Amino acid sequence: MVVPSLKLQDLIEEIRGAKTQAQEREVIQKECAHIRASFRDGDPVHRHRQLAKLLYVHMLGYPAHFGQMECLKLIASSRFTDKRVGYLGAMLLLDERHDAHLLITNSIKNDLSQGIQPVQGLALCTLSTMGSAEMCRDLAPEVEKLLLQPSPYVRKKAILTAVHMIRKVPELSSVFLPPCAQLLHERHHGILLGTITLITELCERSPAALRHFRKVVPQLVHILRTLVTMGYSTEHSISGVSDPFLQVQILRLLRILGRNHEESSETMNDLLAQVATNTDTSRNAGNAVLFETVLTIMDIRSAAGLRVLAVNILGRFLLNSDRNIRYVALTSLLRLVQSDHSAVQRHRPTVVECLRETDASLSRRALELSLALVNSSNVRAMMQELQAFLESCPPDLRADCASGILLAAERFAPTKRWHIDTILHVLTTAGTHVRDDAVANLTQLIGGAQELHAYSVRRLYNALAEDISQQPLVQVAAWCIGEYGDLLLAGNCEEIEPLQVDEEEVLALLEKVLQSHMSLPATRGYALTALMKLSTRLCGDNNRIRQVVSIYGSCLDVELQQRAVEYDTLFRKYDHMRAAILEKMPLVERDGPQADEEAKESKEAAQLSEAAPVPTEPQASQLLDLLDLLDGASGDVQHPPHLDPSPGGALVHLLDLPCVPPPPAPIPDLKVFEREGVQLNLSFIRPPENPALLLITITATNFSEGDVTHFICQAAVPKAPLRLKLRLTYDHFHQSVQEIFEVNNLPVESWQ
Amino acid sequence: MMRFMLLFSRQGKLRLQKWYLATSDKERKKMVRELMQVVLARKPKMCSFLEWRDLKVVYKRYASLYFCCAIEGQDNELITLELIHRYVELLDKYFGSVCELDIIFNFEKAYFILDEFLMGGDVQDTSKKSVLKAIEQADLLQEEMGLA
Repeated sequence: MVVPSLKLQDLIEEIRGAKTQAQEREVIQKECAHIRASFRDGDPVHRHRQLAKLLYVHMLGYPAHFGQMECLKLIASSRFTDKRVGYLGAMLLLDERHDAHLLITNSIKNDLSQGIQPVQGLALCTLSTMGSAEMCRDLAPEVEKLLLQPSPYVRKKAILTAVHMIRKVPELSSVFLPPCAQLLHERHHGILLGTITLITELCERSPAALRHFRKVVPQLVHILRTLVTMGYSTEHSISGVSDPFLQVQILRLLRILGRNHEESSETMNDLLAQVATNTDTSRNAGNAVLFETVLTIMDIRSAAGLRVLAVNILGRFLLNSDRNIRYVALTSLLRLVQSDHSAVQRHRPTVVECLRETDASLSRRALELSLALVNSSNVRAMMQELQAFLESCPPDLRADCASGILLAAERFAPTKRWHIDTILHVLTTAGTHVRDDAVANLTQLIGGAQELHAYSVRRLYNALAEDISQQPLVQVAAWCIGEYGDLLLAGNCEEIEPLQVDEEEVLALLEKVLQSHMSLPATRGYALTALMKLSTRLCGDNNRIRQVVSIYGSCLDVELQQRAVEYDTLFRKYDHMRAAILEKMPLVERDGPQADEEAKESKEAAQLSEAAPVPTEPQASQLLDLLDLLDGASGDVQHPPHLDPSPGGALVHLLDLPCVPPPPAPIPDLKVFEREGVQLNLSFIRPPENPALLLITITATNFSEGDVTHFICQAAVPKAPLRLKLRLTYDHFHQSVQEIFEVNNLPVESWQ
Repeated sequence: MMRFMLLFSRQGKLRLQKWYLATSDKERKKMVRELMQVVLARKPKMCSFLEWRDLKVVYKRYASLYFCCAIEGQDNELITLELIHRYVELLDKYFGSVCELDIIFNFEKAYFILDEFLMGGDVQDTSKKSVLKAIEQADLLQEEMGLA
């Protein structure tokens, strides 16, 4: 019995009519059985219909591999209908991983060489969609022939097939490069577009091809100029912009050709300026061209004025009501913020406005860009904006915003107090999102700012009294209250409102933290230790504290229990040591650049010595006898006394002075030499672990416009009294300079 | 180049998938599932671009259908929007005020039209007229049902 075959549309209707997934599966399974039977029977008339149905269910996610051979049969058929569906099936079902796909190669070859144009079109399309490397190698000659066919319909497709072939088999570039020159003279937009795409692909894959095609830059410029200046053409224009697809493709090729090449960049400079200023920006098509133009300008060796114009276009994009335009502007500006920093800075206010975007992908970019634009002169204003943003930003941006703010604060804080305030604000607003080291950083910062202890503890106490849920904040506050509880109770801090805090209140607050279920174990540890420290800082009796400590001696948390027991023992058996043990903590040494003021200065001094090339000899650990130099011995190259101020490295000791603990204040720098922009400065450091040592760093700086070469600096130090003899030789402004001088006015502090 | 284009409904039903880079069936299914989820989660007022895996995705909703293209880092998002719009215009002209049902019941036609507009992920003809003429001629040929 012949079961009538469902038409495609009927099948689709039936599938859509299914109420449940199971029902749909049933319908499809039934139909697939029919289809399979039909394939087995080899019915040529309805084959295309069966395959079409199969392709439909394949799109719904059902298996269709048994249709692969049918694709081959359909492609080999002489009927156009068959070929159309067969080739579609090949593109959807044949996988280049399986050898079966190679079986259509012969059919494609026949269709390419003998088929009518629509058939050639089908074959080329299939080849460019799923052609494997093997197929491409096999069929390259056929495609090459078609490049020169008279029909534009076939030629444009052959060109894009060539693009695919080169992607699969780069060696085929040698086949498809030669025709390009001629194809570039075509007027047909499709052929032109395909050719430019082909040339782009060739250039991206081979530096030789890139060099070869640089010579077409003038021609490309001409084509683009014609496009831009010619009148409105209905056929290819979009929103009044002439063939934006073609314009964008040309601009992209120009970018590749002009990159790192002065001559090409110059050839296209005027045209780029023209496109940048004359393109209609009212609709997306124009903006697409403008955007590509900006990308090209920024990537080639363009004139400075043109670069600024490009950045300004991006700045205007930021004000566009279309959020897609704002998005591409933000992404592009982010890429440019390092290379063209000052140009991007000019648009900072607009960028900051974009923080208020409702679309999270835009506000995220605005955040990244804003953080990149923070510098020492705008840090206060920027931080205000960023902190406002932190309060209202979507949760997935909180962590990045918080860490961005903290990082920027660390780099650019104008004052310590500002820095502490900033960190405090971040901890109160987004405490749960900060990184783990934020607590350590803040305690370190506060610890090192003696003048701000009273201020810090007061502010932290107030913050803690309001909210004990933000763990990092609670931890820092507890630590501070423990350390500086005496200052808290003393009550005088000029910078904030005077507030009488009473001892019982402080203890109650810490107890509250200890007991709260919101407090993490680490936090409770901080609170307990703080309470303990207060036993030496407060005036009242310690009964309350002793009680708490003894209760926690049986706490289930082992860490806390251990602390409590130890503290309890401290009270009971070692009370005479308690005060000493609970003294204010000394500042912990850290590697951060902000921790050590002197390390920071020497780092900046090192950064200043840019132009003058100080020859870096390997570090000499032995003392150098330089006094020979003063006796006029010349010729021998002696080691310049290049000092390494880092405590870890080997030191060249110039001076070994008698041991007297030096005052902690830093010793002022001294300028000892200046001539035509070349300057020599001395800076002095006493390493804390060895105060008997004085490290002198000589920094040579060249402020002039001429280079200084062959620079040698030699120093000699007679033992007493402390003075320094320096000899400089170098070439500057085509002259040989030699200077010998003595430094007598070393700062007083360096003597001791 | 464009890596692939997807058309899908708000309910997550795939209506067209065109892949321009060789990918296994399994991998395709995974990518389609993932990307559909990401795009369908977007709110109406959000911009048309997003970053997904190592690609850029440009999508636009026309009535009940999402048109979604995955492009590479160097590609221009704004012109891709124009590309999507051009394809929709072609469908519209061909079907006469196109709607999702047209694409469902004539999915092969949707593919044929796409294949006259793009090839290998690149635009092959920027003239609407030219593309529509080619489809028309192919349809005529199909009706003749014989060797031409």
